[in-house]
Order: sequence, then structure tokens, then C-alpha cells
Amino acid sequence: MSTKPKTPLTVIGGYLGSGKTTLVNHLLRNADGKRLAILVNEFGELQIDADLIEAQDDDVISLAGGCVCCSYGNDLIMAMMDMSKMGPCPDHIILEASGVALPAAIAGSVSLLNDFAVDGIVVLADAETIRNRYNDKYMGDTVSRQLSDADMVLLNKTDLVSTEDCQTIHAWLSDVTSQTPIIETSRCAIPAAVLLQDFGRSDIAPATQDAHQTNNFQTTLRVPDGPVDPNDYAIQLLKEIPGLVRAKGFVTSTDGSSKTIQLVGQRIEITPAPADATTGVVTISVCQASSKPDGE
Amino acid sequence: MTTIFSARKIITMNPSRPQATHVAVRDGRILGAGTLKELAGWGDYTLDETFKDKVIMPGLVEGHSHAMEGTLWKYTYVGFFDRMDPHGKIWTGAKDIDAVIDRLVEADAQIEQDDAPLPAWSLDPIYFNNERVTREDLDRVSTTRPIGIMHASGHILNVNSKALEIAGLLKTGINNPGVPLGKDGLPTGELKGPDVMTPVGIHVGFDRDMLACDEQGLIDFAKLCVRSGVTTATDLAARLPDEAVNMMLEVTAHKTYPARIVPLRFHHGVTPDELIAHAEKLKTQSTDRLRLGMIKVVVDGSIQGFSARLRWPGYYNGAPNGLWYISPEHLQHVINASLEKGLHIHTHTNGDEATELVLDCMEEGLLQHPAPDHRFTLQHCQLADSAQFRRMAKLGMCVNLFANHHFYWGDEHYNLTVGPERATRMNACATALKNGVPMAIHSDAPITPLGPLFTAWCAVNRLTSSGRTQGEYEKIELSEALYAITLGAAYTLKLDGEIGSIETGKRADFAILEDDPEQVDPSKLKDVKVWGTVQDGRIFPAANL
Repeated sequence: MSTKPKTPLTVIGGYLGSGKTTLVNHLLRNADGKRLAILVNEFGELQIDADLIEAQDDDVISLAGGCVCCSYGNDLIMAMMDMSKMGPCPDHIILEASGVALPAAIAGSVSLLNDFAVDGIVVLADAETIRNRYNDKYMGDTVSRQLSDADMVLLNKTDLVSTEDCQTIHAWLSDVTSQTPIIETSRCAIPAAVLLQDFGRSDIAPATQDAHQTNNFQTTLRVPDGPVDPNDYAIQLLKEIPGLVRAKGFVTSTDGSSKTIQLVGQRIEITPAPADATTGVVTISVCQASSKPDGE
Repeated sequence: MTTIFSARKIITMNPSRPQATHVAVRDGRILGAGTLKELAGWGDYTLDETFKDKVIMPGLVEGHSHAMEGTLWKYTYVGFFDRMDPHGKIWTGAKDIDAVIDRLVEADAQIEQDDAPLPAWSLDPIYFNNERVTREDLDRVSTTRPIGIMHASGHILNVNSKALEIAGLLKTGINNPGVPLGKDGLPTGELKGPDVMTPVGIHVGFDRDMLACDEQGLIDFAKLCVRSGVTTATDLAARLPDEAVNMMLEVTAHKTYPARIVPLRFHHGVTPDELIAHAEKLKTQSTDRLRLGMIKVVVDGSIQGFSARLRWPGYYNGAPNGLWYISPEHLQHVINASLEKGLHIHTHTNGDEATELVLDCMEEGLLQHPAPDHRFTLQHCQLADSAQFRRMAKLGMCVNLFANHHFYWGDEHYNLTVGPERATRMNACATALKNGVPMAIHSDAPITPLGPLFTAWCAVNRLTSSGRTQGEYEKIELSEALYAITLGAAYTLKLDGEIGSIETGKRADFAILEDDPEQVDPSKLKDVKVWGTVQDGRIFPAANL
């Protein structure tokens, strides 16, 4: 069995036109040195911004900054297994599910592969159309299952609806998805760290415990006073930090071992920490007062 | 050069002349069928009396099969029913788990390497009172080599402990509905669904692309065609990359290749526009024995896998509704573009909601691109009700119903998946015909064995494997069933002007039978013996394959 660290993988789901491709391009532009691997059902579906493309062959597009994009066609799992043989390992994998796919089923399958760890499921909802999709005769239950699969919902295209409508839709979506954090975006403009943050890298490394607030997101570093139960600690973070969407870091467990805590939405993963881990958990939360970002 | 074949009887399927004693063939085509005296008028001939004691029918047409049936025979067969392989050997059905294990032990003994995989196929635990096969069962065969058995449905794989170990799955803590766990917290060895099967499947010897058919598989598939009287068969879902097309062109062009193959381009893995472009390109590569350019769109999953899309009230056992494999937007786009460009689509729908979506999209598409003779065909279409058949007729659609399903899984549908009423109407052949929908019936080989006479028997008798008649009022007449496996299927492929009946100008494609299907008791139709075929005037005795 493989002992190399698992590559984190984020599943992006959502119905046709909800902005999955825009999100992928946005992440590629804001990868900030991270080598991303994008997996899409078929290349033709994903219009990668031309200036990001460095080279292309049948199965792989090489992108600026060491990122790659692969199409998985009709066999995702086989493509993933091929990818795990490809070197070098990407820092993070973004898997764009097809518009009718159920992202949790995909995540369940990926979790059977030893080289990957599901980091989270992000589902996009088009503010203009989501309610119609949800009530569609044929696709309603699929859209509903996609939303309930999400660890985090991006309510996208908020710039195309009025502030009032946006609030109504947000409230409706909260009802439908219960506990799942909902983040309003237009053109998928969201700090990449909300999806890709990885403690120990430089993308978000607050030097102090001060809160950083940018673009409606707040980042904090929390350091527990002493040993904690990692799972209880993660649940505690969820209770204490309103709008918490993501947390990652290391704590000393009550049994003395060092553990990695990773939290995306309501999804909590506790795994053994690397040897050089320093205690502390970075959290990212949505500022609760905000409704719709200014500007576009 | 004209050859006149004599026969005990020729069933022509030509309504103007349903029977004849002789058929004249020149250059692989039929000059005419009639009496010797009538045919002698065509000039010099050779009288061939090889079939003087046989019954000749038009070569049978299988409108929904997969050439991988030929490929699967390189794996060990462990199915419940007796089944003939391409070489004519009848494999006895394995009637219980011990018989499955015995068969695997035999196969194991023939593999020299201790760690080489042992793949097997066609397991169906519903015939073992649903007693599940476990990794411990398969560990009795070997603990050193990975072993895997594909279920008859193609949706489940059973593996031994070694296979799980190699795939890194012999561990606790797996949380996946497709991987049932035993009391010890470890996987039982049953893997449900393609995404769960793949990571282990490659270690037990199942190839990367299960639907792909290799060269030997395509050759072996044609042997099965000859043994079942088939002269034209579809390969209903293939990705058809250039190398596969080149291989198929080469194999089918060989002077002894005995069948006409109709591969359909599968919609997965490419965008709707790429699909259309590929089909248009394939159309230009078409040959007489390899008919390319048709499209297959898979809309939902399967009923027994609970992945078919059902309308209200859904599954009888309360299982959640199934899965869509294409969005309505993409389906509409592919239908519109195909109508516009004259491409021919067959859609896979099992559940009635999936069928409804196709009907809606066809209605919309035909408003935009009226096409008087499109013959788009609903494949399987197992749960359609009368209203849907009426719509099919209005929209000019054909249907190819899965008559064999009734025999193999009818009891399961009655008791578990859709319940008694809808199980009774499944594959409603009589309703289709009553409403004037052009109809074929199929095997979906390798899901069930290739054999149109057996398929016809299923549609005529509607018996389930437990011996119950299910759907008395959906039985069809013998003559209707024989039409469905010849002209009916040819019509859905737009080949009815070339094949499907024995009349002047058509291809000399014949099924050569030992018995007369019009005279046997309908309950014995499946036992009609096939001597072989004539394809394009070339004689293929099954005994010489």
C-alpha cells in the first residue's frame, strides 16, 4: 500500500451553466504557485482561457505555472489511476463533475483510491436559475441531491439578480441545504484559499493571531492551549466561528500524538500529522454582515 | 454466376410471396425466390442442394448486442444457464455457489503463474436465493492470485481477498454504498457500480474499457452470430477511436468474415458537438460489412441496478430514483443536430421517465427540424406505457424491446424493482404493435445470450425463469416475433431495403435452420436448431467454424 501523502481533491459539482468552468479558470489564475491538476469530463466542455494554455495533446493540456488539465471521458476512475502514476504529483486536484453527476458518489469512488483524499465538495448554484432547476420535472431531484451533497455551496451569478432577489434566494437555499455554508459570488470570484488553503504553505500564513479580513472573508489562526480531542475541537470551531467554511491545521491530541484537522463546511477529517507540524489551526470564515459584494 | 439453392421450405418474410422452395443468388444478392422453374429463367445456374432438408429464413438481425460478447469468452463462464461459446462448446450452468467454485478451481489449475489473475463472468446470485458470494468463497479457489467474477448484469463484481489486498481495499473504515462490509468491518468482496469495480477490476484481468472489443473478440462474436442464425448484428455502444475503427474495418473485410456489424458511437466522453462531428466522419468510412455513422445516447441506467429513471411512484422497494447520464439540454442538442444533419440516433432508456424525456425532446426537435423518416429508436424502453407508445407512433419513432429480460429478471422485477403491475407490462410488445410502432426485440448480448430465436420465444411466451407467465396480454404471435427478428430489426437500422427478407435485389443473407419455426409448437421455438448461415451468398456451416 502507498505511504506517500495523499493528494487533496476537491469535487466541483452543479448543474449546467452554474459556473463550474468559470470557477476552474478562476482557481487556475489564482493558484499562487500551487500546481493544480484539473480533471474534466471532456475538454470541449471546459473553455480554458487561451492565455493559460502552454501545450495540448489528446488527453492532457499543460497550463501556466505547472498546472495540467486532463479529460476523463467515460472512465473517471481509470483516469485518476493514470494520474497517480504521472509525475510529479500535483498539489491539489480539482475534479469538475458533469452537470448531471452526483458529486458525493464521485467523492465516494475517489476515496477508494489510496493516492487521493477528498478535500471537499463544492456545488455551484446559479442565482438566476437555481429555483427553476430545483423544481424541474426531470432534473429537480438531481439538482436537489447535488445541493445536499455539498460541503459548501457557491451561490453564483449574484450580479445578475437584484440585491433583494439575492437575499430571497439565499434564504431559500439556506432552507434547502440546512447547515451547509453558502457563499455568494459573482463570476466565481472567491479567494482561492477558501477552496485550496493548505496549512504550511504560504497562501495564507498569518504571522499573528490577528484576524485578516479581505473580500468578505476572515482568516484567523487559532492555537489551542493544550492537548485537545481533535474532533471535539473541530466541532467547537464550527460552533464558535460563525460562517466558518474551511479550517486546516495541527493540534496535539489528548493521547499525546499530533493530528491534522481539516474542515470543509461540515466535513471534518482527522489524520495523523506530519512530523514537523507546528500546533495551530487556520480558519476561513465568511463575514456574516455582508450580503452581496460591491461592484460587479 | 448464379447459384440456386433448394430447401425444404423458404420463409421469405416477403408479404407478396411468403413461401418458396428455391432461391437464386448472384454476386451475393438475391435474384429471386420461387420454384426452380421460375428461377431457371435467369439463365445458367448451379443447383446447390446443401439445404434441401433445411428451412431457410432471412438472415436474423440482432438490433441490440455488443461485440464484447465475443471478448468475454476469454474469461471463465460461471453463469446459471447453459450457454454456448464461440467454438460451439456448451458450458453447463453453475447451479449453486459450490458449482461456481468448482468451475473456478478447474480454471485456476490451468494457469501456470501463481499470481496471474483469474477473471470470470456471468454470476447471478438471484438464482442462488440471493445468497451473496463473498471473498471467503473465492479464497477457497486461491489466496495467491486475484480473482474476480463479473455479474450477469455487468453492474457488480465479486472479488477474492487477494484482489482487494492488491487494490489496497482490504481494510476497515471504508464508507461507500458500493462496498458492502462484513462483520469484521472489511469489504465482503462485492463491488457495486462501475466506479467501484474499476480500481479492483484492473487487477483481476478485466480490461480497461469493458465495452471495447478486440480483434479476436470481433472474430469470435461473428462465430456466435453464425451459430445463432444472425447475419447482421449491432455493436450498440462503442467509443470508436480511429484504431478500433481501423481494426474493425480490417477484420470485417476479411473474405471469411461472416457477419455485417453495425457499431453505434456512444455519447459519453465527448461534447454533443464532438459527437455529431465524429458520427459524420464515421459515416464516410462505412463499408458493406461495417456500417458506421449511427449514434447511441444513454439516457439512464438499469432497472435491476436501481439506476433507471422511473416516473411516479418510482421503485417498488422504495429505492431512490436512478441516474441521468445526459442532461435534457445535451440530449435536445444532439437530437436537433442529428435531425438536421440526417444522422440516426438510438437512445437507451430503461425507465419510463427517461423514455418520457426522449419523447419530449423528439417532439421539440421535430418541430424545428421536421424529418419524415428519421427512425430514431428507443432501445430497451422496458417500462413504456400505452400513452408513450401512442406518442412514439405519432413521432415516427421505432422501439427495440428487451424481450429476453423478462425471462432472466422478470421475477425480480415483479417482486422487487417495479412491482407486479408494471412488471406485467414491461417490454409491452403487443401494445407497441397495436399502436403501430415499428418494433424489434433484442438480447443485449452479452447481458443475455445472442440468439434471436430465443428472443422471439421470450416475446411469444413471456415466461420468467421460474416458469410463470408474466404479461399474458403482451404476448405476441409467432409470425410477429419472426418479423421482429428480421425485418423489424432491419427497419430500425434503415436496412430493411437491403436485408430482413428473401426477395429480389436483397442481400443473400440466410439463416439455415434444421426445424421449421412456423411449424414448431411456439413453446419450442427456442429449441429450433441452427445449421449455420449464408451471408452475402457465402456459406457458413456452424460445424466448420
